Amino acid sequence: MKIPLSWLTDFIDLGGLSVEDIAHKLTLAALEVDEIQYAGLPMPSSSSGQAHEFKTAGIGWDKDKIVVAEIREVKPHPNADRLTLLDLYDGQKEQTVLTGAPNIFHLKGQGRLAKPLKVAYAKEGSTLYDGHAEGLQLTTLKRTKIRGVESYSMVCSEKELGISEEHEGIILFDDDAPVGTPLADYIGDAVFDISILPNMARNANVIGVARELAAMTGRELKQPDLIYQTQGEPVGDLVKIEITKPELNPRFVAGLIRNVVIAPSPYEIQRRLKLAGMRPINCIVDATNYAMLELGEPLHAFDYDVLKQRAGDRPVRIITRTAQDGEKLTTLDGMQRTLTSMNVLVCDEKGPLSIAGIMGGAESEVTEETRNILLEGAAWNFINIRRTAQQHSLPSEASFRFSRGVHPALADVGVRRGLQYMARWSGGAVAPGLVDEYPLKPAQPVVTVTPHDVKRLLGIELAAGEIAALLERLEFACTVRGTEVIVTAPPNRLDIGEGAVGLADVLEEVARLYGYDRIPESNMADELPPQIGNPTHEWEEGLRDLLTTLGFDEVVGYRLTSPESEARLLQGVALDYVKIANPIAPEKSVLRRSVLASVLDDLQHNARLSESLAFFEIGPAFEPLPGDLPTERRELALAMTGSRSALAWDQPESPRRDLFDLKGRIELMLNGLHLAGVTFTPTTSITYLHPGKAAEIAVGGKLIGLLGELHPRVAEKYELTDAPVLVADFDLETMRAVLPSYGIKPVPEFPPILEDIAVIVDETVAASQVEGLIRQTGGKALADVRLFDVYRGSQIGAGKKSLAYSLAYQAPDKTMTDAEAAAIRNKIVRRLEQEVGAKLRS
Amino acid sequence: MADPLEIIAKATQALTSVRDEAGLEAWRVEYLGRNSLLMKIFGSLGGLSKEERPKAGQAANEVKVTLEAALAEKTEALRHAQLERSLAEEKLDVTLPGRTIQRGRLHPSTQQLRRVLQILAEMGFQVYTSREVETDEVNFQLLNFPPHHPARDMQDSLYVEAGERGENPILLRTHTSPGQIRAMREYAAMNPQNPPPIRIALPGMCYRNEQITSRSEVQFNQVEGLAVGPGITFADLKGCLTNFARRMFGQRARARFRASYFPFTEPSAEMDVECYVCGGKGCNVCKGSGWLEILGCGMVHPIVLENGGYDPERYSGFAFGMGPERQLMLRYRIDDIRYFWANDVRFLEQF
Repeated sequence: MKIPLSWLTDFIDLGGLSVEDIAHKLTLAALEVDEIQYAGLPMPSSSSGQAHEFKTAGIGWDKDKIVVAEIREVKPHPNADRLTLLDLYDGQKEQTVLTGAPNIFHLKGQGRLAKPLKVAYAKEGSTLYDGHAEGLQLTTLKRTKIRGVESYSMVCSEKELGISEEHEGIILFDDDAPVGTPLADYIGDAVFDISILPNMARNANVIGVARELAAMTGRELKQPDLIYQTQGEPVGDLVKIEITKPELNPRFVAGLIRNVVIAPSPYEIQRRLKLAGMRPINCIVDATNYAMLELGEPLHAFDYDVLKQRAGDRPVRIITRTAQDGEKLTTLDGMQRTLTSMNVLVCDEKGPLSIAGIMGGAESEVTEETRNILLEGAAWNFINIRRTAQQHSLPSEASFRFSRGVHPALADVGVRRGLQYMARWSGGAVAPGLVDEYPLKPAQPVVTVTPHDVKRLLGIELAAGEIAALLERLEFACTVRGTEVIVTAPPNRLDIGEGAVGLADVLEEVARLYGYDRIPESNMADELPPQIGNPTHEWEEGLRDLLTTLGFDEVVGYRLTSPESEARLLQGVALDYVKIANPIAPEKSVLRRSVLASVLDDLQHNARLSESLAFFEIGPAFEPLPGDLPTERRELALAMTGSRSALAWDQPESPRRDLFDLKGRIELMLNGLHLAGVTFTPTTSITYLHPGKAAEIAVGGKLIGLLGELHPRVAEKYELTDAPVLVADFDLETMRAVLPSYGIKPVPEFPPILEDIAVIVDETVAASQVEGLIRQTGGKALADVRLFDVYRGSQIGAGKKSLAYSLAYQAPDKTMTDAEAAAIRNKIVRRLEQEVGAKLRS
Repeated sequence: MADPLEIIAKATQALTSVRDEAGLEAWRVEYLGRNSLLMKIFGSLGGLSKEERPKAGQAANEVKVTLEAALAEKTEALRHAQLERSLAEEKLDVTLPGRTIQRGRLHPSTQQLRRVLQILAEMGFQVYTSREVETDEVNFQLLNFPPHHPARDMQDSLYVEAGERGENPILLRTHTSPGQIRAMREYAAMNPQNPPPIRIALPGMCYRNEQITSRSEVQFNQVEGLAVGPGITFADLKGCLTNFARRMFGQRARARFRASYFPFTEPSAEMDVECYVCGGKGCNVCKGSGWLEILGCGMVHPIVLENGGYDPERYSGFAFGMGPERQLMLRYRIDDIRYFWANDVRFLEQF
């Protein structure tokens, strides 16, 4: 919402406050100023090191160089048909100024003008925008010769002064413009671009902002006068209004003005409209827009003669009703709109005239020929308007306001303001009275506030009288009864509720008016809440730390993906997805089923950026549940590829990582989690894993995860290097469920006996089985078993392998003897011979 | 018999020209070996008279002790010289790079979430995690965003295809605030007549229907804080968050509170912190304003308290929310939010 400062000063004296001061006060009061656009007033200079809080744009006008002047004669240029020479008086002397402005060209050669034209005159050295450049380029006016005539100054267009984009002609001021006055003093302005929050809809207008400023500064708000002359037959005799759905149309007001002359609005009005972001059209349309921007009530002007003609001999009957499904109306933008039963229409007896609160119909629109106008100001249901505007994609200044809530009390005020401006600018005569149907008056909420409430919720001490004094600044009606303040919301507000909600609404205003900055800072005195903590979160954080110590980088990927993207990994599996109804892009159309797929995307992104990569992600994978919210399963996914060890200047090469690089880290991770009894079982059933290099990881028979090398057919679907990609995937909830409690064993006091044995077994015998048998047979006396060599070769025969283990025998209470150790070893060897046909290698 | 002094002089003389271990061994053989003159003297002692023997023996012994000492000294000298030589030879170019191992790093968002949660934990806020896919009811309606309310414009949602659910569609949470409702209800269930106080931090991923650009993302983390109890005031909110700002941005950080609007709090505020880059003078980071928008906050709306099972006449509370990625962008002057989920190692390895 763009609010010119000059317009604010119609309603409040802001003397003594700088532009930045005003913006600062608005910003602290929830009317956040996004930008200040200067259009003439001096800008804070950044070079002077002045602190300024706001983003700024535009230019300030040099008071010595840019002034109001008058053109007294337009003469031809001796050497150029398109240029003219102006006799111009700048308040000090008459001089000749060269221009190419087309909007005074018709006065060329007419001699002295009967009525001089008031213009903006920039002298040599002025800083202006270059009118001919694309966009906004600052330039300084220099002395030059154009077609043999010296030029050192110019008459300005709006673009050159930063008022609008307009560069088709020079500005022509109203006749009362004071010649010789610095332009900055005449129309210098600054525009506040304010974000209107949803609860601040009442302030999407000039007087609303002025009211807030008055409240924040303790200054007086000047109310608009709304005085105008009337004549002729009263509107009440000519127009009747019928509201069929008061809940959708609580109020409808209409006024009539006759014999208007459609002409441009005064320059000052056009200038303000432009600064506020609206295009001036003519004095009638401008009056509706100007009154709306000023007071907040959107107005609609009908060509009364069209309505009269449609009504025949009878009085005009305005009917508001919901549309029939499929009913059609051509709106004033020329589009034929097909309506639904949700839309509200303003109609007469012949049919629809406009879409209520959103856009008028083409037939009854104001044209150059319009002479008599029926002016509508109404109140509509904001949710209905909102849905209608969305349904027809018709955002407008009117629907912006109506869809956020406009108080019905504004309807007649708005119409009177509109009629007043129309009378003033178009020469028309207002008919006496208004027609005003007001079947549904909004409740005026009454809230009781006490100093205790203020203390309890805001933490400040205010007496009842002080509370009332603050609220009265925003036009709340307050009655103090002992320690109670009975507060009635003003008739411009729809955001004040009742009961506990009303109390919060009113206390917010108390806090805002008192000043958030004056409220003290205190420490909560409440008792501590129950100490519950979040063991799952804490455990996951510990797991993250553990994984980073193992060399994995954490990644956090998009949870939104596409089935096609995940199909690269989860091929051939028909999966249900949590589908997004309104995705931002096809590749973000579902929630991921697999965290691993997400990690592989990251691996792909980085494949050629680093010689080795090791990633993990902990996060949710989503699965739809019919009739319920989806499951959000916590998963850990790991992926690594590239060289085994970091390369260095004396180690230019390293073997590539294989399955055992990842497995070793997983073993360390599981060990760090104190998981015991972990088994790795070969599997061929995971389609995305290499069938010979994949294992299921289980604890006590419960599957907690998978480990393997990415299947080459899957790997080729990602853009990766040709190095093996090792991946693992864990279900964290299952993993947490099998976490054991554990104790610490005493540190042994007696030395172990160390011994190596090598056994030859068939290739098909799993190493884990051999080790399991060794541990089981050795029992407690066997403190450690470590496989240190796997050998295959002709010495031991085809289809065989030799597994060499380092064994540590140890007794808790004494030094073990060689004989005791030998007995255990013999038991182990016998067991291996029996169970897996092992042979001790000599 | 040879003069002992002469042997010592000769041997000592010879020792000075010894340069290495081999020379030293040759010297030892010559002067202290089995066939050395000295050994011959010892061998000849038996042929001497009882009177001469002790004196000659003593003299020979003195020679032996002297020569052995000289040998030991020379051995040590040679070893020292050898060490000196090898130290000189072993000199490395210590400016060559070292051999590294791969160091794993936490994602920057995790690091920032931890900073925030750590400070909040020390202030008594316990972590409460809650689901990312929510109903419209919990994400909006119970938080005082009625259907079709203009406040919803502030949070464009991604909806889930879930059949006809009327005004309660399923969506991806647009903020962590639905966790407020879930937490309040969980706490209130502990003692519905007198619900216990609450002080929780709600971290997690949130989603908005926004195109992915350098300034906007479809997903982002949020951390919210919620304190509910029988005596919590706006002054407590200010105290708590000003303390948080000091912990987060330094003890000298200044905070200011601006009036604002959120449907689920009232009064609502934005907390700005004086720009820590320019100290409030105005710079690129704060876009000239001298202030950085850090978080939104406010007193919990009575409707939200009620929906959570807390009687607004007896309880009050405050809530606040902030964005860890935004904080990182300010702190490290990151100008493209897309870096966070792109997981480019060249970005990650800078944290």
